[in-house]
Amino acid sequence: MPGATERVGGSTAIRVENLSKTFDTAAVLHDFSLDVRAGELLALLGPSGSGKTTLLRIIAGLDFPDDGRIVFGAEDATKLPVQQRAVGFVFQHYALFKHMSVADNIAYGLNARKRADRPAKAEIKKRVGDLLDLIKLSGFADRYPSQLSGGQRQRIALARALAVEPRVLLLDEPFGALDAQVRKDLRRWLREIHDRTGQTTIFVTHDQDEALELSDRVAVLAKGRLEQVGTPDEVQEAPVSATVLKFLGDTIEVEAIVQAGQVRVNGRLTPVSAPAGLVGPVKLYARPWQLQFAEGDQAHLEGVVRSSYRTQGRQRIEVDRPEGKTVVVEAADTNRFAAGSPVGLRIIGGHVFPN
Amino acid sequence: MSETFAPVTMAEARPASVVTEGRWIRRILIGIAILFLALFLVLPLVTVFAQAFAKGLNAYLAAFTETDAHAAIRLTLLTAAIAVPFNLVFGIMASWAIAKFEFWGKNLLVTLIDLPFSVSPVVSGLIYVLVFGAQGLAGPWLIDHDIQVIFAVPGIVLATIFVTFPFVARQLIPLMQEQGTAEEEAALTLGASGWHAFRTVTLPNIRWGLLYSVLLCNARAMGEFGAVSVVSGHIRGLTNTLPLHVEILYNEYNFVASFAVASLLAGLALVTLLVKSLLEWRYADEIAAGARRH
Repeated sequence: MPGATERVGGSTAIRVENLSKTFDTAAVLHDFSLDVRAGELLALLGPSGSGKTTLLRIIAGLDFPDDGRIVFGAEDATKLPVQQRAVGFVFQHYALFKHMSVADNIAYGLNARKRADRPAKAEIKKRVGDLLDLIKLSGFADRYPSQLSGGQRQRIALARALAVEPRVLLLDEPFGALDAQVRKDLRRWLREIHDRTGQTTIFVTHDQDEALELSDRVAVLAKGRLEQVGTPDEVQEAPVSATVLKFLGDTIEVEAIVQAGQVRVNGRLTPVSAPAGLVGPVKLYARPWQLQFAEGDQAHLEGVVRSSYRTQGRQRIEVDRPEGKTVVVEAADTNRFAAGSPVGLRIIGGHVFPN
Repeated sequence: MSETFAPVTMAEARPASVVTEGRWIRRILIGIAILFLALFLVLPLVTVFAQAFAKGLNAYLAAFTETDAHAAIRLTLLTAAIAVPFNLVFGIMASWAIAKFEFWGKNLLVTLIDLPFSVSPVVSGLIYVLVFGAQGLAGPWLIDHDIQVIFAVPGIVLATIFVTFPFVARQLIPLMQEQGTAEEEAALTLGASGWHAFRTVTLPNIRWGLLYSVLLCNARAMGEFGAVSVVSGHIRGLTNTLPLHVEILYNEYNFVASFAVASLLAGLALVTLLVKSLLEWRYADEIAAGARRH
């Protein structure tokens, strides 16, 4: 039951152990393990096909693993039917009950209980009212889903999930079907609700910004495996693999050589440090803002400006490299470079990984 | 302003759209359609009522007072009362299975559901005679156990169920496919049992499509002639349904009674048509999902 035991900060609310799942012949999860801490807001981040939604559905009990265990607190929930898991699930396309009013939607889980466990009518009504206040839709109890905007519908869906006091809240791409501005507002709002309720929450997203902005910890998934789990700062500052690094944002990839702990590109020293034990030819990955324009000996790379555009006080310049690749450089919006002008680029930061 | 660019005469001569025909072609096409409907649909319908009332209201009402007519009405109502709920349950189950699960042989099942629409009803009736008749496959066993199917009420009910079973399933399969399973999943995560989710989520979502298909199913169940005719044996007062009763009266040159009973069936058709149109008008979206596949 949801209660005090899981509220203790840092204790494990859900343990996913060695989960495997295969659909038809395609494996979507391989020997997957992850601990979810009580009270945290955890993002499952990955490209489509990484298995993140399947993982969420298995935790909810909407799918079952071929192998492995799901443990809620101290209870093995692997074979527990979905109704008994006490999870709140929010779907990408809301899945509100079209033929029911907003109030009936929110009260659904309470009304579905057996008579002995069902709260009194007045109590249900009060709970619905409180939840409508929480999601700031107080006057909407008698509306129908078709009369609401996408953002409002998703807030109702969240209230409906919270009504049953779930031990964990699971959100499957909750903002995926909304437009950019509404999405931003809802993100901030979800964070506020989480801070207020302290509800253990897992949400699935393929949007890096969303995961990094919203979550306490991010679990990066790729091809059915857990690549890395850590705070947004940890995964950004110390990505454990090129996959994580590439998935978290635009990157430039160049050949480099590690000698005596120093990373060299085209024979010139860079400020990037190599992890211990890594020697010889490697790949260096840098973000667009980890490149600067430079001349002569200072430049690690050369190229020709293809085009540039401004975005929010910065400019992004596309540079064609001699071997054919195009790299994107982000710089202050000061010097403009005409298309076709040759430039040198200096690497001022980045990460190296084995080839 | 606009006159300077497009003189009125020009605007009139110009067709409203490239896919619109000229005025005369339009009139001829509409005329042919109306004439055709009048000749083949309205005229027979009027004739039915005209013949039924040819000898006045008393003669008309007399057709319903004889015991054989009562028996036929009762049997028709009984048959529909069994066949329609049966096909309602079967149709919901089959469409649920087809729309929400993946399984081997699914396409074959969909094709089989359509079979009664493509087979002549007489053949459907003959199949039952071959299976359940005295000379049929199950004949000896049925005789041993003193069960009569053919030339009795069970045969009529079976034949009616067979010819009417596609109505509900065909309407609901595309509707359920379109609605997907997200709402049911939401209900289950909220703690609802499977049955509670079905009752409170699935059923309300398909209610108008379901009502529509039940209506059509009922009209066909009460009006079915071919298949029932083969298995019935035409025993007056025992195995005659309304359509069969109409035929018997007609063959006996009892035109007024025959058309009077027929007017009952025609009235049923008109009411069905009216309710069907109302449903289509009011719940077009939900019904259209099913109609697209018909």
